[in-house]
Amino acid sequence: MGQITLEKVSKTFGDVEVIPPLDLTIEDGEFAVFVGPSGCGKSTLLRLIAGLEDVTSGKMIIDGSEATTVPPAKRGLAMVFQSYALYPHMSVRKNIAFPMKMAGIDPAEQETRIEQAAAALNLTDYLDRKPGQLSGGQRQRVAIGRAIVREPAAFLFDEPLSNLDAALRVGMRMEIGELHKKLATTMIYVTHDQVEAMTMADKIVVLRAGVIEQVGSPLELYRTPRNVFVAGFIGSPTMNLIEGPEAAKHGAHTIGVRPEHIDVTEGEGTWSGVVGVAEHLGSDTFFHIHQTGLAETITVRAPGEVSFKHGDTIHMTPRPDLIHKFDAKGLRIE
Amino acid sequence: MATQHSRSAARLMMAPAVILLLGWMLVPLTMTLWFSFRRYLPLRGGDQGWVGFDNYVRFVSSSSFWPAVQTTLIIVGGVLVITVVFGILLALLLDQPMWGQGVVRILVIAPFFVMPTVSALVWKNIFMDPVNGLFAHLWKFFGATPVEWLSQASVQSIIMIVSWQWLPFATLILLTAVQSLDGEQLEASEMDGAKPLQRFGYIILPHLARAITIVVLIQTIFLLSIFAEIFVTTGGAFGTKTLSYLIFQRVLESQNIGLGSAGGIYAVILANIVAIFLMRIVGKNLDA
Amino acid sequence: MARAVTNNRKIINTAAAWAIGLLIFFPILWTILTSFKTEAQAINDPPLFLFFDWTLENYAVVQERSNYGRFLWNSIIIAGGSTLLGVAIAIPAAWSMAFVPSKRTKDILLWMLSTKMLPAVGVLYPIYLLFIKFGLLDSVIGLTIVLMLINLPIIVWMLYTYFREIPGEILEASRMDGASLRSEIIHVLTPMAIPGIASTLLLNFILAWNEAFWTLNLTAAQAAPLTAFIASYSSPEGLFYAKLSAASTMAILPILILGWFSQKQLVRGLTFGAVK
Repeated sequence: MGQITLEKVSKTFGDVEVIPPLDLTIEDGEFAVFVGPSGCGKSTLLRLIAGLEDVTSGKMIIDGSEATTVPPAKRGLAMVFQSYALYPHMSVRKNIAFPMKMAGIDPAEQETRIEQAAAALNLTDYLDRKPGQLSGGQRQRVAIGRAIVREPAAFLFDEPLSNLDAALRVGMRMEIGELHKKLATTMIYVTHDQVEAMTMADKIVVLRAGVIEQVGSPLELYRTPRNVFVAGFIGSPTMNLIEGPEAAKHGAHTIGVRPEHIDVTEGEGTWSGVVGVAEHLGSDTFFHIHQTGLAETITVRAPGEVSFKHGDTIHMTPRPDLIHKFDAKGLRIE
Repeated sequence: MATQHSRSAARLMMAPAVILLLGWMLVPLTMTLWFSFRRYLPLRGGDQGWVGFDNYVRFVSSSSFWPAVQTTLIIVGGVLVITVVFGILLALLLDQPMWGQGVVRILVIAPFFVMPTVSALVWKNIFMDPVNGLFAHLWKFFGATPVEWLSQASVQSIIMIVSWQWLPFATLILLTAVQSLDGEQLEASEMDGAKPLQRFGYIILPHLARAITIVVLIQTIFLLSIFAEIFVTTGGAFGTKTLSYLIFQRVLESQNIGLGSAGGIYAVILANIVAIFLMRIVGKNLDA
Repeated sequence: MARAVTNNRKIINTAAAWAIGLLIFFPILWTILTSFKTEAQAINDPPLFLFFDWTLENYAVVQERSNYGRFLWNSIIIAGGSTLLGVAIAIPAAWSMAFVPSKRTKDILLWMLSTKMLPAVGVLYPIYLLFIKFGLLDSVIGLTIVLMLINLPIIVWMLYTYFREIPGEILEASRMDGASLRSEIIHVLTPMAIPGIASTLLLNFILAWNEAFWTLNLTAAQAAPLTAFIASYSSPEGLFYAKLSAASTMAILPILILGWFSQKQLVRGLTFGAVK
């Protein structure tokens, strides 16, 4: 069981309020991702849940019992750190055994769990090596192994993939996803990468300056961003945000159109502009279009191979039902 | 970045070290301060009461005070100049490519590990003895009259002994600093047309400035209180009485505790003035 | 510097460096050589360099006449004891300052440093009095405590600079893994910091071994370590160069060897981390 509830939790460092009071519930078995730009307080929030930092005010409830002042060792949570934080002087086996040793688990049982974890994480051949002799991906798996064997109420991941190269990152992303399906344990995952958030999460929590901007499933955030910030943060390439007369036409202060929701043609269209850069990926073509009179650059994602090039005039038509409207405060207008 | 738990644990774990050092500093210092205001002669009447600043005035106005200040300044200054100048040259030399660098380094560092009483005695007898010392043999070999080092050139001799002990320290620190200089910076300046001397003046010396300051400050603190080198060689005779040796004599030899304590307070103040500069530098480094 | 240097230049460098290195080392070398001469050969004119009748007699005489072994033992106990005691007190303190820094951490560190700079002579009499009062004069325990106290700031500082290089995340990981503070320090921090702790031990052992103010002023016959033993040669009787050399060699040789191992850490330790 791993339901985690934060009630009016806040955190200040000295005079700086990093997290104003916030409420949040993460359900048992849920994969929740905290996402936001760097410095948004997402890691601090995770460390508050871990107990590595004290909350300044508010209550933290884990598994239905108050855990606000419980030290990290007694919260029954496991954490995977950005740097993996493996113990460099211990072998992989001892690293994985460490939390069980601390918990005083019977050595035979320890051995069984190590074997199981190693088998699940492809680490069986490396059990007697030191972390220094492992690749980045293997270290990552050891860190996960160390977390699994504790059978924690929830896993906490602090940007675990940011030290891996791009190819490995995709692989590990899927492994963590599968692990979640298999264990069905609550996981809280912090990242600044919205692609990771979109691909892994059951529930995304978008944070900015310590404030929760929106909570929802990936597609909810994609389809109905609550404000301009979420609209701009979720989705790649980012949503085109247009202000001024064109927005006024729709009765809004700002309108937003995702690049994939604009159709391009050689002839007629709602808007027009000149192609600055055309990126041909094969599966898609990205156009960065200037001189539209709407915004400095409008980005369009056209499926397949479309052969406009630098300097061509291009016409664009946004799909009317997929235009997002926001008021002067940046909030969504339904 | 921590919790209340770890903060209180931290305070608790820091306590022994802090309390011990606090006691070590405060208790004797308070006693010294107290004695410094009293006429206290353990062998001649004991504690004879409060005398105000009398001891402070007498310490400064005694005939041995100014010579002791002068000796202290000459010894500290002389050793600093010698160790820093030769330290820089040696550091630059040791940084060059050569065969057996590691061995040379070891040879150069060795004197630092020789205990002060040993180095003082070895120099005094085996080298500087006017009859049997190695220098005397050497002088005679060239037809000169052997020098009575520790009586005729006593201060210079002590400067030499102490410099020999501290040159390794200066060299080692300056060498570390030289090695941290980015080689590309030197190559860039070479490309910009700087000649070797200019490279030294514009690139190397500024880079070493901080290390030199640290060497000067740390050595000053240790040199202000050199003891064994004087105790063993001249016993403070022949104009080698430094301020701290003078205080030592007032306290232990003439057993004038009040006077010695007043001198001790002067020494503490003097050391603190130097220490403030050193701590500024060290403190800045802590923030980085 | 990855630069090609002509062989000529390298030869000149090598010759100059070796000449200077040997010159600086010469007093030590000469002392060691003299220790193997007879007293007459030791003061021979011209001086004898290598061609003399090597003898071990001086070493035997020094041990026999002055009970060298006892002074050596005192030195080992005092230097070793003060260092171990100091490290035991300093590890928790350095942990606190490195991993739970507060606004006052820097002030405390600098204050500790300032206690190291107090001129010993300024507190000589009070310490003397206290030693008499507590019966510590000329005792191994008293000297061990004093040397521990004068080196404690350096020990804390060295450990602090080493601990600061250990990523805090690893200690946090151990906390998440259920380790108590005690196991965190014993099972995680200490093993990771072994190199740093070892060099701290080494350097402070050397400093304590060579300390020559308190050891000379607070000991007499009972607790005198090697520094005080050697100082007793300053008013000798008769011919004594060879014996002085033998005694000196025995006093400095072990520490020279230890010192060579610690030369890298020496810089860091003696500059309080300001030069690495």
